[in-house]
Amino acid sequence: MPRPLEPVSQGTRVTLGISFFVLFVAAWAFATLGGFVSRTFLADPITMLQDGWLLLTRFGFLGDIGITVWRVVGGFVIAAAIAVPLGILMGAYKSFEAFLEPFVSFARYLPASAFIPLLILWAGIGEMQKLLVIFIGSVFQIILMVAVSVGNTRRDLVEAAYTLGSSDQGVVKRVLIPANAPEIAEILRLVLGWAWTYVIVAELIGSSSGIGHMIIDSQALLATGQMIFGIIVIGIIGLISDFLFKAVNRSLFPWRLA
Amino acid sequence: MTGTILQIDNVSRVFPGVRGGAPVRALEPTSLQVAQNDFITILGPSGCGKSTLLRIVAGLDRPTDGRVLLNGREIKGPGADRGMVFQSYTLFPWLTIAENIAYGLREKGIPKAQRQEIVASYTEKVGLRGFENHYPKQLSGGMQQRTAIARALANDPDILLLDEPFGALDNQTRGLMQELLLGIWERERKTVLFVTHDIEEAIFLASRVIVMSARPGRIKADIPVDLPHPRHYRMKTTPEFSDLKAQLTEEIRVEAMQAEGVH
Repeated sequence: MPRPLEPVSQGTRVTLGISFFVLFVAAWAFATLGGFVSRTFLADPITMLQDGWLLLTRFGFLGDIGITVWRVVGGFVIAAAIAVPLGILMGAYKSFEAFLEPFVSFARYLPASAFIPLLILWAGIGEMQKLLVIFIGSVFQIILMVAVSVGNTRRDLVEAAYTLGSSDQGVVKRVLIPANAPEIAEILRLVLGWAWTYVIVAELIGSSSGIGHMIIDSQALLATGQMIFGIIVIGIIGLISDFLFKAVNRSLFPWRLA
Repeated sequence: MTGTILQIDNVSRVFPGVRGGAPVRALEPTSLQVAQNDFITILGPSGCGKSTLLRIVAGLDRPTDGRVLLNGREIKGPGADRGMVFQSYTLFPWLTIAENIAYGLREKGIPKAQRQEIVASYTEKVGLRGFENHYPKQLSGGMQQRTAIARALANDPDILLLDEPFGALDNQTRGLMQELLLGIWERERKTVLFVTHDIEEAIFLASRVIVMSARPGRIKADIPVDLPHPRHYRMKTTPEFSDLKAQLTEEIRVEAMQAEGVH
């Protein structure tokens, strides 16, 4: 029996991780191919792959994937560019925090998806509307989480910097920001994951392209194989972006692993 | 002996009560004059306000009353003229050892070439050659505190403040660190204010030991240490040293008993 908190080797970790995917697909195949679940409700894995292949080769699904990725990245980058500096300022300057924190905390609970009808009214069903959904969904979360992280910077490090002659600005630039950079990168990785859910919702309503659009189109045809393929593609892209983010963080912040 | 560099004038500190509790008097009005190039240790049981006094000198805390003058100028906040070494490990974890030592120089805007020269000399002095490109996490506690001392000294402060810098280290390492610090002081003659609760440490390092009493903190005794320099660790077993130790142990014991409520 494994003991609590006992580490496992890298090899075991990979094997165990993959084996759950295998188990999952096996259970799915058993339920569908074995005839326990109606094909109308759930396609089997083989049909799903065939449908997926068809989508990619005949229906230009790659273009849909591309447009969805573009929307997520676009909306997310705009949100991060505004939210990270604001969050740092809020974390560093308490009066600024007192000014903005109540509103941001309130705005954070406004569900991005509930804005979609309003945003369609304001911005139509073009790209602007998709970007805005992702922006609204991400920006307040990033602001708050960055502010909390910066606000929790070790006080003794800040004090040490002051005794070494740092100015207030020097403390922000050369202590608060570098001390929290890895945490901020981690926050961005997390919120990017959430941004993915917003984009799909935005595409389900009022869109003529993208993964979400394909899924809602397939629903009309009861093509569960295509729908599942779309969902799995989202998962795979999420996994890849997560992996990339982690790799970049590791190379940017070697001192964390040192 | 040269003139007074640091003058503590009736400095007191009262912390406001927490949740409607009574205010805590951490430091009674305290006065102290520190001569240039003196090595002063402030000795006292925990809760005697010795760290509070040091933080006020550093400018990290404000006195409720009184004032502190450094070279005749009143201290209003922290600054590069007073180097500080903390008990907790306060190296910047994202900077290498060399970058940590260079931090204050960079803040001052000293050109890179000159910075590297100063960093190299202090890396040498604290015996960290070969570790310049390591991150603090990769170093032992003793090495981290040596870096912290080098970082403070590289700034060439008028006075060096140390707040139980070796408190978290094991006994052997602590002994080595004391010798290292004393060696640097004997060569460079910096003015040093060193807070500790360790009697041996206080005597071994100091030219003057200030004993503080507990709750509320105030200066109880001011004892010169006339042991010759350079000092070697074997000095800790000489009769003169033992006499001083016995004297201070008695002073401190009474205070510790009062602080703990034992009579």
